[in-house]
Amino acid sequence: MNNIIEITSLQKSYGEIKAVNNISLSVNKGEMFGLVGPDGAGKTTMIRILCGLIIQKSGTVKILDKNLSQSRKEIQKNIGYLSQKFSLYGDLSVDENIEFFAEIHNVKDYFERRDELLEFSRLKSFRNRTAEKLSGGMKQKLALVCSLIHEPKILFLDEPTTGVDPVSRRDFWKILSKLLKDGITIFMSTPYLDEAERCNRVALMNAGKIIALDTPQKIKEKMDRQIIEIVCNPVRTAYRAIKKNTELEVQMFGDRINVVVENYSSELSSIKKILTENRVQITDERIIPPSLENVFMHLIKDSE
Amino acid sequence: MNLKRIRAIAKKEFKHLFRDIRMLLILLLFPVFLLGIFGYAVNFDVHHIKIVVYDEENSMISKEFINSLTKSTYFDLVGYINNDSQIREILDEKKAQGIVVISKSFSKDFYSKQEAKIQFLIDGVDGNTANIIQFYSTAATQSLNAKLTTEVLSRVGTKSFMPIDLRPIFWFNPDLKSTRFFIPGLIAMILIITAAVSVSLSLVREKERGTIEQINVSSIKSSELLIGKTLPYVLLALVNAAMILIAGYILFDVVVKGSYPLLFLSTLIFLIASTSIGILVSVVSDSQQVAFSIATMVTMLPSFILSGFVFPIESMPAIIQVITNITPAKFFINVLRAIVLRGVGVFAIWDQLLYLILYASILLGAAILIYNKKEAKN
Repeated sequence: MNNIIEITSLQKSYGEIKAVNNISLSVNKGEMFGLVGPDGAGKTTMIRILCGLIIQKSGTVKILDKNLSQSRKEIQKNIGYLSQKFSLYGDLSVDENIEFFAEIHNVKDYFERRDELLEFSRLKSFRNRTAEKLSGGMKQKLALVCSLIHEPKILFLDEPTTGVDPVSRRDFWKILSKLLKDGITIFMSTPYLDEAERCNRVALMNAGKIIALDTPQKIKEKMDRQIIEIVCNPVRTAYRAIKKNTELEVQMFGDRINVVVENYSSELSSIKKILTENRVQITDERIIPPSLENVFMHLIKDSE
Repeated sequence: MNLKRIRAIAKKEFKHLFRDIRMLLILLLFPVFLLGIFGYAVNFDVHHIKIVVYDEENSMISKEFINSLTKSTYFDLVGYINNDSQIREILDEKKAQGIVVISKSFSKDFYSKQEAKIQFLIDGVDGNTANIIQFYSTAATQSLNAKLTTEVLSRVGTKSFMPIDLRPIFWFNPDLKSTRFFIPGLIAMILIITAAVSVSLSLVREKERGTIEQINVSSIKSSELLIGKTLPYVLLALVNAAMILIAGYILFDVVVKGSYPLLFLSTLIFLIASTSIGILVSVVSDSQQVAFSIATMVTMLPSFILSGFVFPIESMPAIIQVITNITPAKFFINVLRAIVLRGVGVFAIWDQLLYLILYASILLGAAILIYNKKEAKN
């Protein structure tokens, strides 16, 4: 059993909107699988279907070689789910929250496991504090601990680090890599492409469809274009000028623009000419390897 | 069904309850407070009605009549007037609720064996009280009449007798105290509100917090969740019921005449019916505010107006009588009055208990149907 999750022609719609539009994919045992996409792409819907919280319109989901619609409860015993929303009991302490989730999962001797989880999530010294008094990052770590107490084989994480400070985020990722070492399969959605880069494989999702699925490296390699990065001021004028005068794809990032070109040497001079004509000051220009972000924006543009 | 998981949910719910001491105190003490307020305020017994006398004659016989009225606690004589024009003023300013007018010819008529008329002017604004005033004054007059008849007849040497002597005896509530009648209704109303509101809030809170999702992905079944969540509140409501009964005994001398096990069992059945209202409310509402408003509205008004608590169902129009079935309080009040006041056994109330079970099943069925329908839409 190499494919721990097997999804075939999955569909789900809300009224006219197709949140999940005919998606098929499979996840290997022990890998970290990332679902990347803008807000409203259908990532949460997808994860909620996989956890058995909502029911698909059509298509089949097989998890751990069992059909989700037939043996939902049995599958749920082996999965952990961390939702986007903070979902713990604020008036209960760290220990009590874990205890509750252990008990509703029928875990009897959870004490050792609890200590171990608190230890490596560095929450041990806060164990008697009520959950509402924890910081945002600690809350998220506690939620993760609660979803791990019954030793699930697969962990579903829905944007786990959204709104979490950078330090806690790094902590969080440390925990995740330990889990992977222990052989747990992780299926996560994230809006951050730097997080997606760390996944074994990523699926780029947009408007209910998967527009690319591979290792981050291979996805980047698939982009047979070059990227010119120009640091300039004002960025917005530069963006508009290139859009107006050429057919090229431009992406705006803070103080710089990235232009997707077929041939670096032939196009750079014309771009520079347009910019100077529009009185844009160029501080720096260079050619960069395409990042996942470049590829993603390029692919979304293509698919639309 | 897994008892351990039910226990886990119930244990957590108790923790929530005990962690919020203020809320717990409100839940426990509010019913007793409500009983005190209702017991003393909702009182249809009429005593100490203020009356004023306009006696144009001031004779022995007119004084005897007035004495016969005021010797009971029903009427308090607050003054005399001596001309017509004051009558209007007294009623207008509500100085008294009734005015007895005895005319100049009263004793003349009386001794000449004509009907001696006395006028009793009653403030009719509060119809209920006015009725009772009329009832009391008629009764007082009748007993005076009987006494006078005997005197007159004995003077001519004849023994008096009443052709028909109706002697009403009030069972179960000999002094016709309305508190005794109200306490069962009050218990029903307080229990249905606490049970429905607290259960619906505790279920909707899980939705609001998003914790319901975590529970849904666990191995717990919805039946286990519902039992675990309602159990603490049912226990709390049972404590409430006991406290109301104790307070009823201390404050208003209400003693439970029937069997306690039967009382316990029927209260439990009623609480299941009440919590099923809470469950249904939690299915249709997504926020605690909505749940609170719906739960109080659907429990408070019907259990007060339609349950027979205050207004007798028998005197309602037929269509309203049918509508009274929407509140389980109606059946429970029948049961309570039967057990607490009359002390009857299960044979007299089994049909009411059956209604309550039927009611709970219908509501739970509806809750499951709506829940599944909502689920399918998600």
